[in-house]
Amino acid sequence: MPEALYQEKNTTKGITHAVIEVAHVSKSFGDRVILNDFSVSLQKGENLVVLGRSGAGKSVLIKCIIGLLRPDCGSINVLGNDVLSLSKNELDKLRQTVGFLFQSNALYDSMSVRENLEFPMRRHLVDISKDEAEERIIEALTNVGLAHTINMMPAELSGGMQKRIALARTLILKPEIILYDEPTTGLDPITGKEISTLIVEIQEKYKTSSIIISHDMKCVATTADRVAVLSDGKCYALDTYENLKQSEDKFVKQFFE
Amino acid sequence: MKIKGQSKILLEEAGAMARFTGVFFKETLRPRYEFKEFFRQCFLIGYKSLPLIALTGFIMGLVLTLQLRPTMISYGVEAKLPAMVSLSIVREIGPVISALIFAGKIGSSIGAQLGSMRVTEQIDAMDVSGTNPMKFLVVTRVLAATFMMPVLCILSDTISLYGSFLGVNIRSHMSVSLFVNQVFNILNFTDIIPSILKTFFFGFAVGIVGCYKGYNSKHGTEGVGQSANSAVVLASVLVFVIDLIAVQITDLLGYN
Repeated sequence: MPEALYQEKNTTKGITHAVIEVAHVSKSFGDRVILNDFSVSLQKGENLVVLGRSGAGKSVLIKCIIGLLRPDCGSINVLGNDVLSLSKNELDKLRQTVGFLFQSNALYDSMSVRENLEFPMRRHLVDISKDEAEERIIEALTNVGLAHTINMMPAELSGGMQKRIALARTLILKPEIILYDEPTTGLDPITGKEISTLIVEIQEKYKTSSIIISHDMKCVATTADRVAVLSDGKCYALDTYENLKQSEDKFVKQFFE
Repeated sequence: MKIKGQSKILLEEAGAMARFTGVFFKETLRPRYEFKEFFRQCFLIGYKSLPLIALTGFIMGLVLTLQLRPTMISYGVEAKLPAMVSLSIVREIGPVISALIFAGKIGSSIGAQLGSMRVTEQIDAMDVSGTNPMKFLVVTRVLAATFMMPVLCILSDTISLYGSFLGVNIRSHMSVSLFVNQVFNILNFTDIIPSILKTFFFGFAVGIVGCYKGYNSKHGTEGVGQSANSAVVLASVLVFVIDLIAVQITDLLGYN
């Protein structure tokens, strides 16, 4: 790893402290090493894009952060909680503050848009009144510009609309951190741009901190405060988008060409 | 070498399924209980399978009666036709055929549904949103299958007997009261109770196999098809295995 490229910067956008700290994490599936002593941190209020080739382990990284996968070694600290030592209930509680946008949207296809948005609230916000729940659903849908789809089924929506609904479902619990798994993959350039803009708007409106997995360079340019380049399971480079764009490193250059 | 490899896969699969069943029981007993989803699944699994099971039950009763009639006539015991058919249906054919139809319809549907939820990350999304997918998806479906199977079997038996009554009346004449009288004269609780009890196990087998195959589905849409297919095959085999064990138990208890 070129040391010059790997710099933890705490200067962007008035960053104060880390909300996610991933330290020396390794993860293998059988003989295949996916993450190998990977370390990175997400500062409060920033958008960190994790860039890497397909199969480099980007999605594995955020699934380890949210507790869907357990790393072989290392530590993951989210909002002061050691994810690997949390009980199931504690992890559920932590997940209330961490939203996850799945690559495939993962909308429940047997449920309407309203039911999809109600679903996270049924566990985390059990005491919420019906009116308040309805208000939250409308607010989340209005944020993504799709309030009129409330009674539609996911199958009736286009890919871009499904992505927006998935984002609205992520926002329903008003998370402090959002993990985006390839938010613009499979979308046309115009819709992709809209989603990228939406990510920035959400960051500004709700002061969220986000890790965005992507190899769509337009999305990276729009959303990134910092970019971490993942290669061979390690954090190969970490810097601002502009600095990495100027990089002379052969591997990093390939992403910006 | 190949046999050794296949045996290993078989044992690993059996072990994984036993572990899955263990987790099912653990999650069934632990709160929180998903009553709303359980009743929804009861409706989907029970009510929606009813037309198919009723139709096959009716045909089974009718055909069995028509097939048995010539033989019964040749022995001069045509009058015993309702007794013969009802005993066959209630003790064996009704529960097994209903369970096989149930395995085909519900086993494949659960396998495909959970399989597609797995490959489209809906199960992960459920986990992330604080809902235990094992409890919400698996426990509710397995319990619904376990409790709906006996209900469907009783309905299927009843409709089969109606089919049998029509079968008897195609070639001869028998009043409803005589038919019912003959049926209930031959049937004892020792015929009915074991046959109903084993349907709980049939339902459980169909539910747990469908959920196990779907929940552990891999390799995209191809894997979903495989899950649905293997769920039906394994559930059908298990129905026969459970039936075999149930017959041995009733025999040992002297109910045969």
